[in-house]
Amino acid sequence: MAASAARWNHVWVGTETGILKGVNLQRKRAENFTAAGQPRREEAVSALCWGAGGETQILVGCADRVVRHFSTEDGTFQGQRHCPGGEGAFRGLAQADGTLITCVDSGILRVWRDNDKEASSDPLLELRVGPGVCRMRQDPARPRIVATGGKENALKVWDLQGSEEPVFRAKNVRNDWLDLRVPIWDQDIQFLPGSQKLITCTGYHQVRVYDPASPQRRPVLETTYGEYPLTAMTLTPGGNSVIVGNTHGQLAEIDFRQGRLLGCLKGLAGSVRGLQCHPSKPLLASCGLDRVLRIHRIRNPRGLEHKVYLKSRLNCLLLSGRDNWEDEPQEPEEPNKVPPEDTETDELWASLEAAAKRKRPDLDQTQRAVQTKQRKKKRPRSTSP
Amino acid sequence: MARPGEKSGGSGKKSLKRKAATEEPQEAAVTGDGATENEVQPPKAAAFPPGFSISEIKNKQRRHLMFTRWKQQQRKEKLAAKKKLKKEREALGDKAPPKPVPKTIDNQRVYDETIVDPNDEEVAYDEATDEFASYFNRQTSPKIHNTTSDRPHGRTVRLCEQLSTVIPDSHVYYRRGLALKKIIPQCISRDFTDLIVINEDRKTPNGLILSHLPNGPTAHFKMSSVRLRKEIKRRGKDPTEHVPEIILNNFTTRLGHSIGRMFASLFPHDPQFIGRQVATFHNQRDYIFFRFHRYIFKSEKKVGIQELGPRFTLKLRSLQKGTFDSKYGEYEWVHKPREMDTSRRKFHL
Repeated sequence: MAASAARWNHVWVGTETGILKGVNLQRKRAENFTAAGQPRREEAVSALCWGAGGETQILVGCADRVVRHFSTEDGTFQGQRHCPGGEGAFRGLAQADGTLITCVDSGILRVWRDNDKEASSDPLLELRVGPGVCRMRQDPARPRIVATGGKENALKVWDLQGSEEPVFRAKNVRNDWLDLRVPIWDQDIQFLPGSQKLITCTGYHQVRVYDPASPQRRPVLETTYGEYPLTAMTLTPGGNSVIVGNTHGQLAEIDFRQGRLLGCLKGLAGSVRGLQCHPSKPLLASCGLDRVLRIHRIRNPRGLEHKVYLKSRLNCLLLSGRDNWEDEPQEPEEPNKVPPEDTETDELWASLEAAAKRKRPDLDQTQRAVQTKQRKKKRPRSTSP
Repeated sequence: MARPGEKSGGSGKKSLKRKAATEEPQEAAVTGDGATENEVQPPKAAAFPPGFSISEIKNKQRRHLMFTRWKQQQRKEKLAAKKKLKKEREALGDKAPPKPVPKTIDNQRVYDETIVDPNDEEVAYDEATDEFASYFNRQTSPKIHNTTSDRPHGRTVRLCEQLSTVIPDSHVYYRRGLALKKIIPQCISRDFTDLIVINEDRKTPNGLILSHLPNGPTAHFKMSSVRLRKEIKRRGKDPTEHVPEIILNNFTTRLGHSIGRMFASLFPHDPQFIGRQVATFHNQRDYIFFRFHRYIFKSEKKVGIQELGPRFTLKLRSLQKGTFDSKYGEYEWVHKPREMDTSRRKFHL
C-alpha cells in the first residue's frame, strides 16, 4: 500500500541525511525512502530530476557520486550508477534520450549511457566547464542543450551534439561606477520557454536575462533584489515572472520584462534551497534549511497553503506537474468498494467452503485476493511519518 | 457646604452618595424639575430604562459615582462567590474536584510540530552526525577563543574576563580591529573549537556571536540584563578552576536542540563534582537565562545555592550554517519579528 500510494505523492524532497521524502498533500502525509534502509549522510541528496517515462522515475544524485534510480510506482530504489570524475557534489542532473547528464562542482560535465547493468563505464562525452559550477540546467524544450554557471564561472550554453565549445558564452557586465570589475556568481539558471532566452540569479543579489539570439553577449536586463545571495529560482506559470529565494528565506516574484518586483511571499525562516512552480496551477513549492516544506499560492490570493515539517535539512525538491491534484482515482473508489465487498467476501467464503476440496490453486488465489482487500481496508492513517 | 466638600475630599464615597442622593430630592423639590428621570435616583429604587449604561451619563462626577458604586458591588459579589466556593470545597473535603489550573502563556503555548520526540530516529541520526558529533563522541575537547568587538569599554572587558573564568579552557584575546573572517582560519589552525565574540554598543555589551569552529553553525544572540560579579547581591566567592556541571532547561524544539547542543559543546565533558559549581542555561519563552551557581547539600532534601559569576539573558537572532559569514552565509533560522512574533503564544526555541 505504501508502494501504490507513492505515485500519488505531490512533492519529492531530497535531504542532507540521504533520505528521499515523498509528501502527499491531500492526505497530509510524508514518507521516507532510503536506498540502504537507514539514513546515511554520505548519501546526501544534492540533485533530483525526473527520469524517463513521464513522472514514474526519479534520478537521485547523492554526495557519494552515485545516481540512484527511484521508481514512484513501486516506491523503491531500483538501480544505481556510479559517476566518477571530478570533485564535489552533483550540481546538475538531467536525462535525455536514454542518456544521463551529470555535472559536478569542479566543472566536469559528463554524458553517460543510461544502463543500470553497467556499474561504471566510460562516459559518452566529457566537457570541462570551468571550476566552481553552481548549477547545470537542461533546456526542457531541447534536451540536448544545457547551460552551466557558477562562482567566477560565467554562463555558458552547451550543445551536447555539437562541438566542444559552448554555443553561447556570456560576457560580464561593464565595470561599475568605481571602475571595478563586477564579480560573477551565477547560482541558478532557467531557460525561458518559447524563446532562446535564459535567466540567471546570482549570489550578488542580481537577476539577469540573457538572449543568445541577440548580438550582445551581455545581459539584456538586470535587476537586483534584497541584500543577500539569491540561491534558487523558478519560472511562474504565467510566463512573465520568476520567483527567487535568498539565504534569509525571503521569496520574491520579479517580472523580468519590466524588471520590477511584483510581490513577496512570507513564511520561510531559513535559506531557500529548492523552489519549483507547478506548470499550470499557481502553486509554489519551497524547501530550505529550516527543515520545512511550504506550498504557497502565488496569486488570488497570495499566501501559504501547506506547511509540512520534515525533520532533516532539505536540499532539493521535485514538484509533480500533474493536473489531477485533488483527484486520486484509486483512493475514493476503494472506500466505496468496501461495503459491497463485505457481501461479496461473504459469498466468496461461502463458495470457498463449498468448493474447498476440489480447486486448491483457485482457493489460494481467491484467498490472497480477499486478504489484500482486507489489508487495504485497515490502512493506517497517520499525519506524520 | 463645607461638610459635603470635606467628605468628597475624603474617601467617603458612600456618604457623598447619600448626601447627593438626599440632595437630589431636595433639589428636585426645590426646582420642581420634571426631567429628573435620568438623574441619580435613591440607591434602593433604581428604575433605569432598559439598555441604559453608566457611560451614557453626561455628568462626570455622577458618572464616576455610579461607576465606583458598581465596581464595589462587583467586588463584593466576587468575594462572596469565592467564600462560597471555599466553603463548598471544605465541605466536600477529599471529594472536592481539583483546583482549576490558571492559564499562563507558557500553558497556552501553540502546538509546535518541531518539538523533538525523544524516540525519533531520524532526528537522532541527524544529531548523531551533525557538526557537534565530534564533541559528543568525545573526540575533541573544547577550547574557546573569547573576544569582543573592537575597542571595548570596561564593562565588556570585565564581562569577557568573568566569562572566561566560568568556561574552562577559554582564552581571552584583545580584538585589535581584526576581521572575524581572518581570525577564524587562524583559530582553526590553532585547534580552537569555539569562538565567542561579545558585541558592545555604547559601553554596554549587547550581543553575543557564538561560532563552532571547524565548520560549525554560528549563532547570533541579543544580550541583555548583564550583571557583573560585583553587581550581584549576596554572591559567593569567586569561582574555582573546577569544571562546572551544565543544566540546559526547556530546549524542546529542533532549533532549541541545536542551540542547546551548541551551549553544551562549550564545556568539557566530565564535570568535577568536587567543585559544586553549575552553569544553567534556562530557556523560557525564547529568552535564555544564564546563571552560574555554587550549591551545597545541607541535608538529603535541602540545598543551598549561592550565585557566583556573571548573569545575562540571551535571545536568538539567527543561526547560520557554517562559520561566521553574515553576508554570504546560508541561514538555518532567522528571526523575523513581523512574521514570527504575531502570536503571543508561539515560541521557537
